[in-house]
Amino acid sequence: MSDERLDVRKTYKLLINGAFPRSESGRSYKVSTKSGDFLANVAQGSRKDLRDAVLAARGVQAKWWASSAYNRGQVIYRLAEMAESRRDELANHVGAAEGLGEQQAEQSVSRAIDRIIWYAGWTDKIAQVYGGANPVAGPFFNFSLPTPSGVVAVLASQESSLEGFVDAVLAPIAAGNTVVSVASELRPTPAVLLGEMTATSDFPAGVLNIVTGVTSELAPTLASHEDVDGIDLSGVNLDEANELSVSAAGSIKRVFRPRPNDTDPTRRLRAFIETSTVWHTIGQ
Amino acid sequence: MARTCALTISAATEVNEHDLTASRLGSLEYDPAPESSAIAHFRSSYGLFIDGAFTDPSSHEQFVSLNPANEEVLATVAQSSREDIDRAVRSARRAYEEVWSHTSGAERAKYLYRIARLILERAREFAVVETLDNGKPIRESRDVDVPLAAAHFFYYAGWADKLDYAGFGVNPRPIGVAGQIIPWNFPLLMAAWKIAPALAAGNTCVLKPAETTSLSALLLAEILQQAELPAGVVNIVTGDGSSGAALVDHPGVDKIAFTGSTEVGRLIQQRVAPSQKRLTLELGGKGANIVFEDAPIDEMIEGIIDGIFFNQGHVCCAGSRLLVQESVADEVLRRLVRRVEQLRVGDPMDKNTDVGAINSAAQLARIRELTSFGESEGATRYTSSCTLPEKGYWFAPTVFANVAQSHRIAREEIFGPVLSVLTFRTPEEAIVKANNTNYGLACGVWSEKGSRTLWVAQRLRAGVIWANTYNKFDPSSPFGGVRESGFGREGGRHGLEAYLDV
Repeated sequence: MSDERLDVRKTYKLLINGAFPRSESGRSYKVSTKSGDFLANVAQGSRKDLRDAVLAARGVQAKWWASSAYNRGQVIYRLAEMAESRRDELANHVGAAEGLGEQQAEQSVSRAIDRIIWYAGWTDKIAQVYGGANPVAGPFFNFSLPTPSGVVAVLASQESSLEGFVDAVLAPIAAGNTVVSVASELRPTPAVLLGEMTATSDFPAGVLNIVTGVTSELAPTLASHEDVDGIDLSGVNLDEANELSVSAAGSIKRVFRPRPNDTDPTRRLRAFIETSTVWHTIGQ
Repeated sequence: MARTCALTISAATEVNEHDLTASRLGSLEYDPAPESSAIAHFRSSYGLFIDGAFTDPSSHEQFVSLNPANEEVLATVAQSSREDIDRAVRSARRAYEEVWSHTSGAERAKYLYRIARLILERAREFAVVETLDNGKPIRESRDVDVPLAAAHFFYYAGWADKLDYAGFGVNPRPIGVAGQIIPWNFPLLMAAWKIAPALAAGNTCVLKPAETTSLSALLLAEILQQAELPAGVVNIVTGDGSSGAALVDHPGVDKIAFTGSTEVGRLIQQRVAPSQKRLTLELGGKGANIVFEDAPIDEMIEGIIDGIFFNQGHVCCAGSRLLVQESVADEVLRRLVRRVEQLRVGDPMDKNTDVGAINSAAQLARIRELTSFGESEGATRYTSSCTLPEKGYWFAPTVFANVAQSHRIAREEIFGPVLSVLTFRTPEEAIVKANNTNYGLACGVWSEKGSRTLWVAQRLRAGVIWANTYNKFDPSSPFGGVRESGFGREGGRHGLEAYLDV
């Protein structure tokens, strides 16, 4: 019909170091809705894209951790604000990707946004909940402080395109880590949208990096990368997780493997924090 | 190659000739003050402690445990086979299911309190056994290893009936059967670090001591009998690496806790990865001890000495890389070399001994090999002129100056009485150098300026940071590494997490 405007479609790109490049490999792959209709051509990230992302994540990690916990909380809260104002778009993509009805998709987005806020509130609680003073026998003031593991690789849930992604990336980020994530292979667009929102949420470039593509091709690079400190294996099956865990042991990585029907939301939060204990002498 | 430290060996030897004789301490001679070894009663041979009793190993294979200070045989110890490990794990499983998981926290607590008290009652005996078997000075086993081991049991005893309040949710469950593999540097203390939190959290254990230092763990088995700990709750299986591997691989084990080298820890993580076993690793280190120009010099020199020569440097968290601010580097090195010359090296049973024997011939060979790279790569060596006993395994305290970050002695864990000295100009440079390692176990910071100390502490990637002190340990203080120094904590509330299904 002549009076209907032709819509402007978006190219779904990677998020690396605060920029939105296509894959350096020039590859893309077709993503469909759950019912099989064409949804988008999504960038198919490569090992080189991952290495660039790890470099970006490492480069900004100390800065992210050095910013105040209050500030980190505000940045993550800002992401919830951005998501709230684009919730219809998110719901459309979650619905299409997961094959959910309109109402279910909206509920999933609501839960995801509420979850972002939950993590925003954690940033300045972690030290008090998981750290503390230790009553050592001697003239020392001794305290334990939870510190981030560093750079965390996330293989996000294949099924839960937004909620699963939010949990997997924001738990380590709230704790002061920076993240290189691989989004759901067949349902990547909600994660890509969330990545776009970080650009207007004062996320320092490199804190969250998102690579879309073939998980089985990308995962081994992250599991064996010497400058990755921890890895979340949510998005791979048991056999793959076993194999990747062996590879991760090469540099003594912290490995998070989800448990079925897990009811403890702090497990992810605790997965990538270290305890640093400082002894200081007491004297006149 | 650019030199990072301007000081040369000629300056150091000059100290040796002129300054040393002027030092009052340096000219003092102490008469021998030997502790009696008569208090230690070794059996000629030891079986495996399984299901509450000493039993013969399946193969009747034995190996000797030597006194590394004189190479005399102390006793023979059983080599556990795969069948023996299986028997021990089954015993632990049975005890877990039939007894320990039905034992209330309050009752578990009382067993642990008993063990703590019994260790103290036999503290002198433990100290002598430890020193004879390990080679560490009696002063250290008496004042550090044994009291800390007892304190560890006493501390975790109190947790056993308070797990609901430990911050892991209500009614946190134990994991099950824990396989625990410990090193030879603090044999009794490491056994305590492993067993006490495991039992407090409700697990049962199979403990494998290091091959060269089984005897204090076997004495601990006697203590467990005296405490009437239910049979099978703790099993102690001696043997070499193959016994440890069998324990790691056993499908009946729910959790592996390992303390030892990063090399072996990596292998264990790889082997455990495909299973659902939990894992905590306490691995190697290359600790930086950072000295700023305003540090209190007397305390700092003693701290550097403690940091590297405590326990002959057989300490995973040893301050083996000294980073000195350039403005005080000459003064620090001069005084350090003088102090090293005063260390009394020799008979570990002598109460005046500062540095004892190297634990084994293999470790001595490794120390010799790595230190040989020190000179060949261009560092300047200063070694104490002390006379070493003819028999036994000995290595004179050694300091390397002019060490560059790329030198092997600055990168690899030597695990011996060898200190590498590097310099820095600014706090930023100190941080970069301290963190320039794959390890991350412990660091030291010496400064009178509290704000700077905390600034540095915030930026060090390490699990433990000692400010104006070094090598301090306490059961309430979490210990463990980041990065390739491992994961999981021992000590404190945090140490419980390693043994709870949370």
